[in-house]
Amino acid sequence: MPRTLTINGQEISARSDQTILEAARDARIPIPVLCHLDGLTDVGACRMCLVEVAGSNKLLPACTTRVQEGMEVRTDTERLRAYRRQIIELLFAERNHVCAVCVANGHCELQNLGIEVGMEHVRYDYLFPKLGVDLSHERFGMDHNRCILCTRCVRACDQLEGAHTIDVMGRGAKSLIIHDMNVPWGESITCTSCGKCVMACPTGALFKQGSTVAEMVHDAEKLAFLKAARERKVWNV
Amino acid sequence: MGKLRFASVWMGGCSGCHMSFLDLDEWLFDLAEAVEVVYSPVADIKTFPENVDVTLVEGAIANQDHLELIHTIRKNSRLVVSFGDCAVTGNVTAMRNPLGGADVVLDRAYQDAQLLRPQVPHDDGIVPPLIDRVLPVHAVIPVDLYIPGCPPPAKRIRAVLQALIEGKPPEMIGREMLKFG
Repeated sequence: MPRTLTINGQEISARSDQTILEAARDARIPIPVLCHLDGLTDVGACRMCLVEVAGSNKLLPACTTRVQEGMEVRTDTERLRAYRRQIIELLFAERNHVCAVCVANGHCELQNLGIEVGMEHVRYDYLFPKLGVDLSHERFGMDHNRCILCTRCVRACDQLEGAHTIDVMGRGAKSLIIHDMNVPWGESITCTSCGKCVMACPTGALFKQGSTVAEMVHDAEKLAFLKAARERKVWNV
Repeated sequence: MGKLRFASVWMGGCSGCHMSFLDLDEWLFDLAEAVEVVYSPVADIKTFPENVDVTLVEGAIANQDHLELIHTIRKNSRLVVSFGDCAVTGNVTAMRNPLGGADVVLDRAYQDAQLLRPQVPHDDGIVPPLIDRVLPVHAVIPVDLYIPGCPPPAKRIRAVLQALIEGKPPEMIGREMLKFG
């Protein structure tokens, strides 16, 4: 059953199983995302895609909220813009995101969103946590200083590779991405070295070893291709 | 309107922002027409003057001298501009913060890595004492404008200065004006 709703006053129709984000994209209405990645399930973790829905005093994540008949959605209000900037600033304040010396400088979704939300400085105190870099894997590296805990790597490893090597340990700002039962990545017995986690990472947290400043280009869109090709059983053999 | 009284300061940074400033090339002649340089690392002026219209601050607040100077700058300047990522975020200068206080880095630089007579410089007035945590400028004093970038490209610096000379607020929008790193 199709559903009819309005987004920013524009009337659109969507399938009943679609999320607000999917419906908005079909209608070419942009909504910023960070933890969402085409090809992976949505978890609504980063709150970048929050939207206003008439009748609800809560802001709802567009990526995990299904469309409903007659829904009135706003994606770009003053309040939403203020929260989006706040989210990005808090992410920058929480870890050590030094763009100037980052492998992903110029190819980073967090950096790009900083520009999009108009962040010219961070209003919060930087926490400067002491975090490590895991270079034990022979091909890849993990820099916890750049991690925003979006869990795209966790989901790519689980849902596309089927290995579930990667997971999250701890709570809140002290959470950490871990491999197996928190062993160095290179000692993981389940990692297949497929590199899908590296493709999925939006920042410089996961990188190919040998990449220097600004050299790490992620191939996140390949993951959506991979998923679609599997589902449709279309392969170039 | 008279010339803008213009200052630029070099705090805890690498001087890359000032190098980028020099990349303004021939526009520097136009700038020289519009401003009077009253203080700058490229001019030999010893004390920070009063009644400054615009001060660009390069670098983070990393030692006692910076801390004292930045308060004078705020008191004597109409507009204080954080100039480049170190001033805006702490950036590379602040990379020592996760390691702990000032002693950790001083020991590493002057004790652990030295073979002959390792010692931390301690005579008064020789080296300004490091403060324990490197801070972005706005964490110490109110800042009026921010020019991100490591360094900010010359085009970005020019866009900001041009607007200030014309008495308008600069439009800090989009990749050209806002990209860190």
